[in-house]
Amino acid sequence: MSMDRREFIKIAGISALLGITGKGAFELLRPGDLDAFEGQEGGAGLRKEDLPKIRWGMTIDVKKCDGQVVQKVRGVCDYLHNIPHFNNKKDEVKWIWGDTYEHAFADGANEYIDDAIKELPFLLLCNHCDHPPCVRVCPTRATFKRPDGIVAMDYHRCIGCRFCMAACPFGSRSFNWRDPREGLKGRKLNPEFPTRMRGVVEKCNFCVERIDKGQIPACAEAAPEVMTFGNLADPNSNIRQVLRVRTSLRRKIELGTEPFVFYLV
Amino acid sequence: MYDANKIIPGLVIFVGLMTVPIWSAMGRVVPPPKPKLDTPVIRELAEKKCVEGKEFMKSSHMQFLITWRDEALRKGKRVYINSRGQKYYVSLQNTCMKCHSNKKEFCDRCHNYAGVEDPYCWECHLAPRDAKGNEL
Repeated sequence: MSMDRREFIKIAGISALLGITGKGAFELLRPGDLDAFEGQEGGAGLRKEDLPKIRWGMTIDVKKCDGQVVQKVRGVCDYLHNIPHFNNKKDEVKWIWGDTYEHAFADGANEYIDDAIKELPFLLLCNHCDHPPCVRVCPTRATFKRPDGIVAMDYHRCIGCRFCMAACPFGSRSFNWRDPREGLKGRKLNPEFPTRMRGVVEKCNFCVERIDKGQIPACAEAAPEVMTFGNLADPNSNIRQVLRVRTSLRRKIELGTEPFVFYLV
Repeated sequence: MYDANKIIPGLVIFVGLMTVPIWSAMGRVVPPPKPKLDTPVIRELAEKKCVEGKEFMKSSHMQFLITWRDEALRKGKRVYINSRGQKYYVSLQNTCMKCHSNKKEFCDRCHNYAGVEDPYCWECHLAPRDAKGNEL
């Protein structure tokens, strides 16, 4: 079959047009389909009885927090979840860690604040946001929000695209650049919890494996004077009582992610 | 056909080489694997029964494990009630491997035989270890 240039351009043009406006393309661009998954509850038509009965959250008393507490809490978490240690900052994997006031509250850092607070270490961890941007961007739904508010990870589904790391405004997620088992060599492993593999993102899971057994997160158990863990959906819970009497700050609230870790000042 | 004297012997050699795995294994009997059930925990069980029946576990443990994984991880359902009404904690590392603590003699034997040498469970999940820390 011979084809002249005119004919070739005609056929190519029609194919391109079909390609763009074809059924598949039309469905892909339909509003709503490209929006990623965002938790169980929908915005419109939410009734009171549909609201979750459990909404886990945490308070951290910054004035009672010091380097020792940070170290203790981190040690407990690192052992319990088999978190690898690498000497290189780039490869670091962290679920809970200590950082400075300026880094914790970069947006509203107040240079005239009491020096005593400025010099305190701040315990940072995943905020288990109500509108988690990491969940919104995850293309495989490897990260998702449970009905009790915990932003969880399914490492079996993570493809390591790191969209969630770009989306998280709190830097709560770490990527396994190296095989985590390398960073666990010579250390005592927790035989009850898996490690991760190279190429997945990981983060604090609010000790979901303990919560499902009726326990509280290991950090809150290790430092009960600093951290309070509880159900914010229950007006009589311990955490609601703490929040009633103390002034609290949350990180980067202007971004609208609704963090659920409260810093008592 | 041009060069038939080269092409035909060439084809015969090619087909012969490609089928080496088939004819070299012909007539050889590979004994079916016998996964070992002799572990300290199983020995002490009053009733030597798995979470579900033996035949079901044999044929469908992979789908079963995926269901366990999704129910526990995504729905937070960590207690499984089996067809006999017994309760089990949903966990590969903490339930399955507590009884089947001999991974090399239980899991690996069939997986090697069936040519699914490495279901990548063990890149994350910790295989049971003996007191010296060697994988079992």
